Amino acid sequence: MSRLTLLLVGGIAVTSSAAAQSLTGAGATFPNPVYTKWFDAYHKKTGVQINYQSIGSGGGIRQFTEGTVDFGATDGPMNEPQIQAVNGNVLHVPTVLGAVVVTYNLPSLGDTKLKFDGNVLVDIFMGRITKWNDPKIAALNSGVKLPDQDLIVVHRSDGSGTTYVFTDYLNKFSREWKDKVGYATSVNWPVGLGGKGNEGVTQQVKQVEGALGYVELIYAISNKLPYAQVKNAAGNFITPSLETVTAAAAGTKLQKDTDFRVSITNAPGADAYPVASFTWLLIRKDNKDPAKAKLIRDFLQWMITPEAQKMAAELHYAPLPAPVVSLVQARIPTLKASGKAIALN
Amino acid sequence: MTALEETAVRSAQPVSLERANYGDRVFKLVLTAAAFLIPILLGFLVYELWSGSRLAIDRFGFDFITSSTWDPVAEEFGALPLIFGTLLSSLIALVIAVPLSLGVAIYLTEFAPKAVRQPVAFLIGLLAAIPSVVYGLWGIFVLIPVLRTTAFPLLRDALGFLPLFQGAIYGPSMLAAGIILAIMIMPYVMSVSREVLLAVPNTQREAALALGATRWEAVITAVVPYARSGLGGAVILGLGRALGETMAVTMVIGNRHEVAASLFAPGYTMAAAIANEFSEAVGDLHLSALAFVAFVLFLVTVLVNAGARLLIWRVARGSGAGSSAL
Repeated sequence: MSRLTLLLVGGIAVTSSAAAQSLTGAGATFPNPVYTKWFDAYHKKTGVQINYQSIGSGGGIRQFTEGTVDFGATDGPMNEPQIQAVNGNVLHVPTVLGAVVVTYNLPSLGDTKLKFDGNVLVDIFMGRITKWNDPKIAALNSGVKLPDQDLIVVHRSDGSGTTYVFTDYLNKFSREWKDKVGYATSVNWPVGLGGKGNEGVTQQVKQVEGALGYVELIYAISNKLPYAQVKNAAGNFITPSLETVTAAAAGTKLQKDTDFRVSITNAPGADAYPVASFTWLLIRKDNKDPAKAKLIRDFLQWMITPEAQKMAAELHYAPLPAPVVSLVQARIPTLKASGKAIALN
Repeated sequence: MTALEETAVRSAQPVSLERANYGDRVFKLVLTAAAFLIPILLGFLVYELWSGSRLAIDRFGFDFITSSTWDPVAEEFGALPLIFGTLLSSLIALVIAVPLSLGVAIYLTEFAPKAVRQPVAFLIGLLAAIPSVVYGLWGIFVLIPVLRTTAFPLLRDALGFLPLFQGAIYGPSMLAAGIILAIMIMPYVMSVSREVLLAVPNTQREAALALGATRWEAVITAVVPYARSGLGGAVILGLGRALGETMAVTMVIGNRHEVAASLFAPGYTMAAAIANEFSEAVGDLHLSALAFVAFVLFLVTVLVNAGARLLIWRVARGSGAGSSAL
């Protein structure tokens, strides 16, 4: 009998300590590979179990707001009404950077990289440019022989952070775009075919000669898609890469008290690739559960170490630039548990 | 008579059961609970869909099903292209799949050599076991390139005088979705039709043949009419599956909120829109509009099924095999 009780008590003790050592999160699908890698590495290092479900940014914000997860994750920051809904009790913590590239299918060009700028991309996605040899495209690509071919636009059909970043970029160039389309994870596209996911867009672009679409940078790199150079705010045509994406974040000046909800599309900086964005974790500024507050705080501190950021780069995620890392570092101690500072150990 | 009414009728006369042993009574209780559980679940489902879409119903009302705008940024939602796409793609699927599957079923039960029947039926049945995302991938990688480079241009050349076969050819289109759906529902229609035809008594065939009918005439005059209500049931099963199919359709239909006359033009379906947008929908109205779409899809499915059943019931009144399946 006493042995049985002992066993039971032991079992309960084990369960409860395991509960205290675990976190749950949900949200964005784009950073899922690096989060999975981080959480796995962190589990091996500290024994803390972090369960992450990549259900999409919208779902991440919803579950975070409803309090069913310990942290959320999103590719597009929460807007004012959403922040009101959690009484402002949220900190956006940037984790890595993502970028969106313009891919196309014009076999006649060979290896020549096309050049675009924001205005031409707006015209294309508005349906005003319908031929590849349009003078506006030709003006940016002098010396390239553009075919007299229909330009077929392909966009994402599913709601996606990729769409958010791309439309946020276009939104900065055209009043008309702002009024008629706007920016969001899914928008009312004036023209084009919808492909489901990066792979859906890619297949439609690959199969239709003269097609143009946008996909996530990592997807384009790992599938060896051709992608265009895009003109940045400094007037240079930039090839998207991990370095130029990190440069976009470095070029954006952040205030000391920033809430990190900044758009870095069309960022200043000679080498900044203009269609880039942070992806964020959503953390409660003041967590009612001191044990969990501490676990999250400790994880964030590990996440900005060079060790963790290097793992991101290995998976082709552009790591945070040094100024952003030090801003996050300075912010972590301000996190609270039930209004009090989180215990150090 | 519905399953529920049948339960009710049977439970009205279980005098002997009352005195039966304890085990029997428990068994009856479990079965009754199971029989009622499903309708209750359905009720909850309808209620959830309705309450989830309240916001959108209040805001858009009837305009929701007549408007074509779908703008998550401006929060304006209309589901007409989705409803149109769901109905049209399912109709195309039926037009292609029903003659084919009925033909196969008739061949397998009436004409095929014995050695062929089982293997062929088994292989077609296997099609039903393929996950729909695999159909979608096959559609993207194999079907669409063939359609775009070969089949669609041929169709346009031959039938281009019809508005159905005009316009630009992209590949992903309403017709591609209909073809994928046709392949997906064929095993269901075929298997059920075959079972129904197998259930036709041999005396039907023998009587027709004895009157001097050829094999073909025997099938058309004696076997198919006898089985018609069961065959109708097979078609309804296929239709239900086509209306609700999501993944394979969204991968090949082009996902464009537009009502177009041409079958080469991209379209959209209700199920595809829900699957595409639900996970990233943040705004309350956007979510509610998607719930409204689900509610409309449910209503459309019920109406179409009821209509089809009514039609078949009128055609097949009083006929034999399989009529109780309706």
